[in-house]
Amino acid sequence: MTTQLAVELAYWQQSILRSVGVIAAVLLPAGTIVYLFLFKMMSFMQSRLGPNEAGPYGSMQLLAEVGKFLQKEDLIPDGADRRVFTWAPIVVVASTFVTYVVVPFGPDAWFAQIPTGIYFALAVSSLSVIGVLMAGWSSANKYSLMGGLRAAGQLIAYELPLVLAALGVVIQAGTMDMQGIVAAQRTGEIFGFGGIGNPFILTQFVGFMIFLIAMQAELTQPPFDMPVAESELVAGYMTEYSGFRFLLFFIGEYATAGAFSAIAATLFLGGWALPGLDLDNNLMNVLGPVVLLVKILLIMFLVMWFRVTYPRFREDQLQIFAWKYLIPLSLVNITATAVLKVVF
Amino acid sequence: MTAVTERQQLAYIANQAADMRVNVELETEGMTLNIGPQHPATHGTLRIIVKLDGEQVVAADPVPGYMHRGYEKLAEVRTYPQVTTLVNRIDWLGSFANEVPFILAAERLMEVEAPPRAQWIRTILFELSRIGNIALFLGDMAVQLGAVTPVFYAFRDREYVLNQIEAITGGRFHPNFDRIGGLKDDIPKGWVAETKGVLTKMRAFCDELDELLVGNEIFTARTRGVGVIPPEVGLSYGLSGANLRASGIDWDHRRDSPCGLVYDKLDWKVWTHPDGDSFARYWVRLQETREAILMLEQLLDGIPSGPIMAKVPRIIKVPAGEAYVATENPLGEMGYYVVSKGDLVPFRVKIRSASFNNISIVPWVLRGVYVPDVITILASLYFILGDIDR
Amino acid sequence: MSLVPGVIKGLAVTLGEARKTVFPDGLRKPPAPSKGAVTVQYPRQKEDPTPRARGVIALHEENCTACMLCARECPDWCIYIEAHKYLAPPRREGGKPRQRNELDRFDIDFSLCMFCGICVEVCPFEALFWSPEFEYSEPRIADLLHDKGRLADWMTTVPDFEPYEAGAEVKVKKIPR
Repeated sequence: MTTQLAVELAYWQQSILRSVGVIAAVLLPAGTIVYLFLFKMMSFMQSRLGPNEAGPYGSMQLLAEVGKFLQKEDLIPDGADRRVFTWAPIVVVASTFVTYVVVPFGPDAWFAQIPTGIYFALAVSSLSVIGVLMAGWSSANKYSLMGGLRAAGQLIAYELPLVLAALGVVIQAGTMDMQGIVAAQRTGEIFGFGGIGNPFILTQFVGFMIFLIAMQAELTQPPFDMPVAESELVAGYMTEYSGFRFLLFFIGEYATAGAFSAIAATLFLGGWALPGLDLDNNLMNVLGPVVLLVKILLIMFLVMWFRVTYPRFREDQLQIFAWKYLIPLSLVNITATAVLKVVF
Repeated sequence: MTAVTERQQLAYIANQAADMRVNVELETEGMTLNIGPQHPATHGTLRIIVKLDGEQVVAADPVPGYMHRGYEKLAEVRTYPQVTTLVNRIDWLGSFANEVPFILAAERLMEVEAPPRAQWIRTILFELSRIGNIALFLGDMAVQLGAVTPVFYAFRDREYVLNQIEAITGGRFHPNFDRIGGLKDDIPKGWVAETKGVLTKMRAFCDELDELLVGNEIFTARTRGVGVIPPEVGLSYGLSGANLRASGIDWDHRRDSPCGLVYDKLDWKVWTHPDGDSFARYWVRLQETREAILMLEQLLDGIPSGPIMAKVPRIIKVPAGEAYVATENPLGEMGYYVVSKGDLVPFRVKIRSASFNNISIVPWVLRGVYVPDVITILASLYFILGDIDR
Repeated sequence: MSLVPGVIKGLAVTLGEARKTVFPDGLRKPPAPSKGAVTVQYPRQKEDPTPRARGVIALHEENCTACMLCARECPDWCIYIEAHKYLAPPRREGGKPRQRNELDRFDIDFSLCMFCGICVEVCPFEALFWSPEFEYSEPRIADLLHDKGRLADWMTTVPDFEPYEAGAEVKVKKIPR
């Protein structure tokens, strides 16, 4: 974002700008998702209004919640491994922040351009499982331990279909660079028709569905919320956390949701680009983040819609679903994509 | 019967073995997990000590009593009209249904009978509290399985039923409306028409659940074949109500011994399911709600005119004797064994509440299942804590 | 395992409910969630309790003869009555002075009350009534002990008895005002 600025900035100034930018990029979508979907859409689907006192239509409720969590006592259980316990939420949040680094927001607006961007994003996003496992282990609570172990098993099982689904896109785009994937969708054409470019949701629909399901599992949203299953494990690995540390987990959960949606939007919906429109680069640098946010919200709408509607799977059913259905399907998808790529 | 005692013995042995259990390959020890007394799945304060091997249950032991309020003892120092206030609070979701068997037992001892109009209104309120009670189960089981939405629909639509109960009795949860020899008051004008409107809403609620939950493949995958109770085991553990009917046993107090209530004048059927698993228990209760709506429609059309109170003395002294009356409450068989010595207060009241017997099967049915299924089975057995610990 | 039909139906149900909440008058009309939601926004809107609702007990003091029936029948004995006898002047000239009871104290402790309604029912002189009023929570539990003045104030909120449904033989009573 800083490269196009007219004023020449010192490195430290650039760094500060980047940090502020990442924080904004992480917190804004997360806040929007929580307010729009968790507070409002879920309430409407349950015939109620949701928060409506704090600010217009309850839009300031999130700040009130943050204030509430900050006031709460910061409890660490006696038997807990204090160092691991305090570090666990930070690890979870950090992995989210790092994921956002490679997401492009416009033709020239990015935090870091890595030639293997998608690879980096998927690798880094799975770091959060370490934080979850740390939280589950260090809490000295049986429910936390079971939640942490379930989370580890689940996140690893669904990492595979996630990567395989992304692989289809990579094959079709011919690059692992996130910016390159956006460009491939902007300039691509479907069987000779190039009017709207080629958003990969059309040609990679199976991949998109697999990515969506695997994403739901990675985010531990129902129907895949066994790690936090509140009716079984109280709150899973978060059981012993309170106050600010719980808030960090909460932010981590929805910021990760935003990050995964951003990746999905970039991979399948064309990222910051508007289909069929070729606008000036400088304009797109400003408009791009907004377009991306809208696409993130579209994907999150689906995720939260599933969340509101479905009961949760059992642990073994979840694993069976991943290994027996999703992974073979995504392998077929990759093969088909590769064959078609060679043919056309 | 012998098979069951064998199973009980096995359960006991497994319980003992769980402490020293060592997995030969991994040399892991069993883990003891306390589910409750404060746990979201027990909706109250039931404690279940579960011994786990991995996520598999080796032995489970329910520990009731955290909410014991001593109603049987309290009833010994309360006059007969005062006892109905107490028994309201046993199964707090279907409270009117708790009053009926006690009042019927007292009436049997006094040899009075409520006039027909009172009996009809009693039956109407009985079925309304059944709908209100089971509607919450239909949503609550979903929330135990992780679906957050159906419970909101359940609370929303149960509210209409509660409003109707409040309009006639004055209390939403604790009606205290039944009196020895009849009812406290007659129904207000316009109530019948309003209740018919509520019944349409409840029918829509059942259909909505059918689409949202019963047809959902995840729900069926979670409940089918989970917690199967064979009929003979269910009988020997003293299950009753929908838990037993879901095991295929066609047994319903409303049809088999309709004392004091007018079920024999209605056209209805008892639903059973051959499977005996968690899905069957959910399905049977859903069908029962529908059947209750059907019954209520017939009941509302046929209320006879007449008085609502039989002639009873103002100060009620129940002649000496003993009586046991059981009715088919929303949770199962609920009975009162009333012993009177001809005094103002009962000498002894034994309360047979359905949930206490229904959870007695927990150690048997939980063995060998996984932790998520523990929650499914507990939810499908449907107990109310006040009904376990009187 | 065909995942399609039931799963899709469920999605339709939740979306349909959201539609009903946000657009209660149909999609063409502007959204009105506060009308479509079933919840009542309590401090701003209030539900009308039914006339029979048991909210708070009101005392019509003139009718009370301090017979103590209510205090005795109360299952948790939360009614406190104290009274003294006095000789009222005779109604007619030259008659005997009448012996009357005057209430010194009539308290109901609503922190103990179970709202069973037995006191209202057993009162032989129609001095106690139910009012559907429910907003009398107090920060201090001791303030829930309502004395006879406060209980008499509730009389203004007591609604008339409703007429009965056809077929009833009970007579509709009148509230003394």
